[in-house]
Amino acid sequence: MKFTRRDTILIAAGATATAMLPMRAFAAGEDEIAAFTGGAAIGDSGVTLTAPEIAENGNTVPVEVNAPGAVSIMVLALGNPNPGVCTFNFGPLAGAQYGSTRIRLSKTQTVTAIAKMADGSFAQASSEVKVTIGGCGG
Amino acid sequence: MISRRDFLQASMAASAIYGASGFGAWGRLAAQQALTQDQLLQFDTYGNVSLIHVTDIHAQMKPIYFREPEINLGVGSNVGQVPHITGADFRKLYGVADGSASHYALSYNDFTALARTYGKMGGLDRVATVINSIRAERPDALLLDGGDTWHGSYTCYHSEGQDMVNVMNALKPDAMTFHWEFTLGGDRVRDIVADLPFAALGQNIFDSEWNEPTEDFAPYKFFERGGVKIAVIGQAFPYLPIANPRWMFPEYSFGIRDERMQEMVDEVRGMGAELVVVLSHNGFDVDKQMASRVRGIDVILSGHTHDALPEPVLVGETIIIASGSNGKFVSRVDLDVRDGRMMGFRHKLIPIFSDVITPDAEVAAVIDAERAPYEAQLSEVIGHTADDALLFRRGNFNGSWDDLICDALMSEREADIAMSPGVRWGPSILPGSAITREDIWNVTSMTYGEAYRVEMTGEFIHTVLEDVADNLFNPDPYYQQGGDMVRIGGMGYRIDINQPIGSRISELTLLKTGEKLDPAKTYVVAGWASVNQGTEGPQIWDVVENHIRKLGTVSVTPNTSVQVAGA
Repeated sequence: MKFTRRDTILIAAGATATAMLPMRAFAAGEDEIAAFTGGAAIGDSGVTLTAPEIAENGNTVPVEVNAPGAVSIMVLALGNPNPGVCTFNFGPLAGAQYGSTRIRLSKTQTVTAIAKMADGSFAQASSEVKVTIGGCGG
Repeated sequence: MISRRDFLQASMAASAIYGASGFGAWGRLAAQQALTQDQLLQFDTYGNVSLIHVTDIHAQMKPIYFREPEINLGVGSNVGQVPHITGADFRKLYGVADGSASHYALSYNDFTALARTYGKMGGLDRVATVINSIRAERPDALLLDGGDTWHGSYTCYHSEGQDMVNVMNALKPDAMTFHWEFTLGGDRVRDIVADLPFAALGQNIFDSEWNEPTEDFAPYKFFERGGVKIAVIGQAFPYLPIANPRWMFPEYSFGIRDERMQEMVDEVRGMGAELVVVLSHNGFDVDKQMASRVRGIDVILSGHTHDALPEPVLVGETIIIASGSNGKFVSRVDLDVRDGRMMGFRHKLIPIFSDVITPDAEVAAVIDAERAPYEAQLSEVIGHTADDALLFRRGNFNGSWDDLICDALMSEREADIAMSPGVRWGPSILPGSAITREDIWNVTSMTYGEAYRVEMTGEFIHTVLEDVADNLFNPDPYYQQGGDMVRIGGMGYRIDINQPIGSRISELTLLKTGEKLDPAKTYVVAGWASVNQGTEGPQIWDVVENHIRKLGTVSVTPNTSVQVAGA
């Protein structure tokens, strides 16, 4: 699996970059998705994304992806100033096509995982993660 | 398979007791004579397994008054579904006669008059009598505590939960799960749990550093009762680090984690469990959704949202039991488990009428011993309620207790606006009554009670209200935290509960000037129960005590500052 230095830096730079970026008029992450899939259709079964419904701490949100048979899985935080999080790549000898990491979420948003399968098809799963002020429990 | 007939056997406790209407004609003594302990406890033992459920006691060892909510709105698929039905509609749904004991126990109307007729409810010595009675009929009944037990009173605060631990140990539970207990701090909870003579469960309690199940709490425990292998799986409150201060238990992570719940159900079934019971602090709507997603749960004993339902709710083949709060009720669920599955059930929500049920002497002595060192402080009278002033808390938007607390914050802390957390615990005080220090602590006690005073912009106040409203009215129950709306003093607003976050709250108005809040302007806000570490200020119970002392007699004016749309 691969977690590139560039992706790591982009996560860290996410919050400070807001002021400099122009507002995106198009759906967030579509550039990254197009680059990953080459515009191919994306199915909705075959990948499992596990993320909390409400983040306990928006600065470090645990996410897990699992896509048996995948060669790579891209994770996107669609509401972050820069949606790219990381891409896990799996070689032919990988025992499982599974990855987990922690990501920083600037606000309530959808986290998406897109898996590229060995046969060249794609599948995705999404999860809404709420980032909240907290307080006032019953 | 659960048959329709079995479902109908789930009996409504109090409606059978007392069919008469017109409480006005009955004196209190007559009402109590009409209600007998034998009637309250009457139950034809059924099947081969009995479960006893208590939850959300909030350290109320002694009998209390507790008014159920007038406003408890459902959203999404839960519009008009229990527990989001109150008052006359609730009574009609369950066939509860107006003025009956059940009316008083389960709904809010005419609360003061009915409270004077039927008296206080709860008291753990009375709860002990009920438990003993069930155990007399079914000696191996399982007693399961849904949590929010070691929090909520003067004695609980000063003993760091030890008073409740000692009293509950006398009741001999078999397992427990958790929520407010963690606000005692992670170290204190581990200290207590290490010595507990029963199981401390939570399949969703994780180590926050490694995001793996913690070794401090087991996910489940097996029991063999009536020849049946029973697995009880614990589910702690999922949003502890969000709704309560994360810094007090940073080593733990929670969450709903229904995938792991499925794994645990499959695991215990694989180990031969014939009955799977989830002891839950999810809140009712979350439990309903979990029952629809996780296969193989027979019974969910639901806590957190303080709902008292006289019949189980059936989701698929899972029955969900809601047993109220503050010691007002005990649920008994008898189950027929044969051939590795639940074939039927019989259920009774037993109301604990404190004047009708004889206290258990042994547990009463334990309670008295815990209270004795503090008796002088507990019983000191701070003020009185006016002859028409009922103090209560429960309801989605405001309660007279919270209005009084907000007034205290604005007056004692010289603030424009006050915020009080929308918690669901806190007993009621009848009109024309003394308000003791214990009463004040019953609605304010917590380990992070500092009353802060800060400046907030109008925009930030709006953001806070939107955030809390989404915790209550998000159409997906998994995004709800189970409290009520933050209480506001000094400010009015309009809320449309069916809008998305950011669009529910409008017309924020500063009451003292009648002007709309300026998003750019700063306002002095006083509040309490901040989840942030290092919050400074006097304790809220001292603020409220000083205020009530100055008032002498507390009056209540109807609060019309929140306009609700979409209900």
